[in-house]
Amino acid sequence: MIKVEDLTKYYGNLCAVDHISFEIRKGEILGLLGPNGAGKSTTLRILTCFFQPTSGNVSVKDYNIYDHPLEIKGLIGYLPETAPLYHEMLVYDYLRYVADVRGFPKEKQLPRIKEISSLCGLQDVMHRSVNELSRGYKQRVGIGHAMLSDPEILVLDEPTAGLDPNQIVEIRNIIKEIGKEKTIILSTHILSEAEATCDRVLIINKGKIVADGSTESLKEESDSAYDIHLSLQGVEYKEVEQAFSSVTGIRKVSRGEDMDHTVNLVLSCSAGEDIRSDLYQIIKQKDWSLLEFHRESRTLENLFRELTKEG
Amino acid sequence: MRGVRQVFKRDFKVYFLSPIAYIVISIFLILSGWFFFSTFFLFNQAEMRSFFSLLPILFAFIVPAVTMRLFSEELNTGSYELLLTLPVSVRDVVIGKFAAAVAFVGLMLVPTLSYGICISFYGDLDWGPVVGGYVGAVLLGAAFASVGLFASSLTRNQIIAFIIGMSVCFVLTLIDKMLFFLPESAVGVFQFLGADFHFQNISRGILDSRDIVYFLSVCFVALYGTYLVIQEKK
Repeated sequence: MIKVEDLTKYYGNLCAVDHISFEIRKGEILGLLGPNGAGKSTTLRILTCFFQPTSGNVSVKDYNIYDHPLEIKGLIGYLPETAPLYHEMLVYDYLRYVADVRGFPKEKQLPRIKEISSLCGLQDVMHRSVNELSRGYKQRVGIGHAMLSDPEILVLDEPTAGLDPNQIVEIRNIIKEIGKEKTIILSTHILSEAEATCDRVLIINKGKIVADGSTESLKEESDSAYDIHLSLQGVEYKEVEQAFSSVTGIRKVSRGEDMDHTVNLVLSCSAGEDIRSDLYQIIKQKDWSLLEFHRESRTLENLFRELTKEG
Repeated sequence: MRGVRQVFKRDFKVYFLSPIAYIVISIFLILSGWFFFSTFFLFNQAEMRSFFSLLPILFAFIVPAVTMRLFSEELNTGSYELLLTLPVSVRDVVIGKFAAAVAFVGLMLVPTLSYGICISFYGDLDWGPVVGGYVGAVLLGAAFASVGLFASSLTRNQIIAFIIGMSVCFVLTLIDKMLFFLPESAVGVFQFLGADFHFQNISRGILDSRDIVYFLSVCFVALYGTYLVIQEKK
């Protein structure tokens, strides 16, 4: 459906997007994740033909962004980051205007606007001007704007920014619902959102793709499958390290802060083996006092931090 | 074409959603009416010459005020991102906005038709130069609107856009009044660049193709410049 090839964008000397390539299939919900300034918005702006790339190519269906920008814009419904709507227009007039520009048939406009307004919860604000609206309502009008002409592809730049928790759940449900038939690309820095809504995530850092796959497969692919957190009292760190060196399946031992003769450890373990009983046997044998012992599975958050850490 | 029509429709409508249209039209009518009629009865002649000779200098102020918001405001609020990701091309946007500004200037001139009608009751008004004057006024308005639109595309600050637009229009209006500073060989060139020079030709009732070409080429150059500036922002 969408094919991005070797896309690069420079702002002056600053490289915002650095030779990235990926493909999106029809009906997929793709999440773009990344820290601030990673190049998410820039990528989306190139997809929607708002920016021209420095080099590389994007094609949507059979069109490419250099030769057929109008056709691509017609296929895509886009919500920019801050939903910069025309502030002096009424919400109804605004939606009507968008329908007109997109060439939506006149006789279908009114029912469609009604449908959108109930889908996005806009009934109460239809006849208010955009600059009177709160942040959350503006965002909802923006989402309505993107979906209005029932486009095949939706590009949403941080769709849930500025919404309250109830609305966030509503919007996620809407995204999932329309994602059954449409192709959706959304960017976010909220990881739980990506986990909840997306079929597939792309993690971008400093303009490069650092991970690509479904949330489950990404978690599995990461170096270690789970962490074991341990707190032991009345023992030296060296002693513990030595004792555990015989256990296979520990990838990394990281030491937390020692407090009141307590040793805190985080053991990163590889997937497949459960080494908890081995560890417990050692602890029992040495007769250390055990304060804390729990297992934590790797979350997308850990992975994200690992992949996008500075330096 | 749909893009041009929709951009035109919206921008023209928006003039009347904010007080700017009413303020600009009022100021224009008050100034033109007062300057025109304060000396009209002294000359005791049934003609609108002095009204048309006023127009270039008035337009140099008023038209950039009409066009200053067209791009600056969109750049400032970021709404041009939404506009340019709708299925319209940059060319459609530029032409649509230009057409909206010209239509607004045209609308501003409509009430002044009553001057001509009033005068025709008092004396025998020669309508030829009046018709020529209005044709010229629309051409002049279009040329200044394109210059103002170009100024507006340069900055996200409306006041700066207004000042740039006004300065350029002012220079175009006054350039043929400064000719005595110049060597004789350059006089012809600079005279040809003056908007006032061409406008006064038309408002005498002489529709010369050279004058029309002048106004159309000012429009073309300024609109093409606007197109390049917006394209460059991508």
